[in-house]
Amino acid sequence: MIDLLRDALVKNALVTSFAVVGAVMGLSYLISDRVTRGRLHGSAIAVFAGLVLAYVGGRMTGGKNGIADVTVFAGMGLLGGNMLRDFCIVATAYGASFADLRRSGLPVVVALFSGVTVSFICGVAVAAAFGYRDAVSLTTIGAGAVTYIVGPVTGAALGATSEVMALSIAAGLVKAILVMIATPVLAKSLGLDNPHTAMIYGGTMGTNSGVSAGLAATDPKLVPYGVMAATFYTGLGCLLGPSVLYLATRWIFPA
Amino acid sequence: MIIYGVALLAVSYLLGLVLGDGLGVLLGVKANVGGVGFSMLFLIYFTDRLAREGKFKPPSAAGVAFWSGMYLPVVVAMAAQQNVLGAIKGGPLALLAGTSGVALSFALIPLISRLGRPPPRAGEAATAKTQEAV
Repeated sequence: MIDLLRDALVKNALVTSFAVVGAVMGLSYLISDRVTRGRLHGSAIAVFAGLVLAYVGGRMTGGKNGIADVTVFAGMGLLGGNMLRDFCIVATAYGASFADLRRSGLPVVVALFSGVTVSFICGVAVAAAFGYRDAVSLTTIGAGAVTYIVGPVTGAALGATSEVMALSIAAGLVKAILVMIATPVLAKSLGLDNPHTAMIYGGTMGTNSGVSAGLAATDPKLVPYGVMAATFYTGLGCLLGPSVLYLATRWIFPA
Repeated sequence: MIIYGVALLAVSYLLGLVLGDGLGVLLGVKANVGGVGFSMLFLIYFTDRLAREGKFKPPSAAGVAFWSGMYLPVVVAMAAQQNVLGAIKGGPLALLAGTSGVALSFALIPLISRLGRPPPRAGEAATAKTQEAV
């Protein structure tokens, strides 16, 4: 009987994931309602529950894909993969105001450049404090603090060691997860309640998964604005990391 | 029909990604540059234009609205497959590098947000003028 059920779940992985995520959402909204009396939004709890599941999955399998590495939950990988995530993100743009998007154009460019630079400098400073002195390692870890995609792209371009690459990716993961959790908590004090600020937020934080989950847990109406800006962040990071930022780092930390 | 909306969404998505990949190649960057952003602009443009011609009917809109509504569950599934263990295993260096960057970035948002704030409603005009001067 259990085998039959397990078989059905594994063979219909995507459909299984619909049911699983539905249950997670339902439970999260129940907790939001009963335990926090609506103070913590259900969507924020759901994202956090997702992260907890990811931790449990990682513990169970030792893999990199969280709960999706557990065979029965493999469908979560498809449902939460890049393809469907981006497809849904694009769909949220339906009804977004083009005028709002255009008005914030220039400040978003400022946000993108300062966001990438600030995160990079923090990463480099911490790496230096931990004793790294060579420009390649410093740049790679700094780039990881930008996003977990910019890190390995930069590290690969510069020929960083695999140990440094792993640290760089880990720094980016910390960032993404922290943004997911902190955004709904900080939203009010940041004034994150309008399209303009959402675009600045997306441009400054950049990490796609962090921004998309953070805004979803704050106000779904703001998602397209924030993500629109964030979508240029990783590209800009990959552009600046191995070039300008590396040269600047090498200038400060000569070999 | 619902599929018209879904298909329009799919075409916008693909066009944007191709444009983003192309831009990445052009800039010599090993990443998609702004692809999803372009996809969004395509979708806004197409739906706006078709709606004005009266060709974007409610069932088509429902095809887009469904995927828009699936956004949060998809994001929860995405969160569930993050390498949380990897982030924790990165130790204090990764933790500090990620956290300090996020903290400073958050602090930047209110500052940058003052640039080019949308035109305020009556009564706030005076403060807005000084902000523009800055």
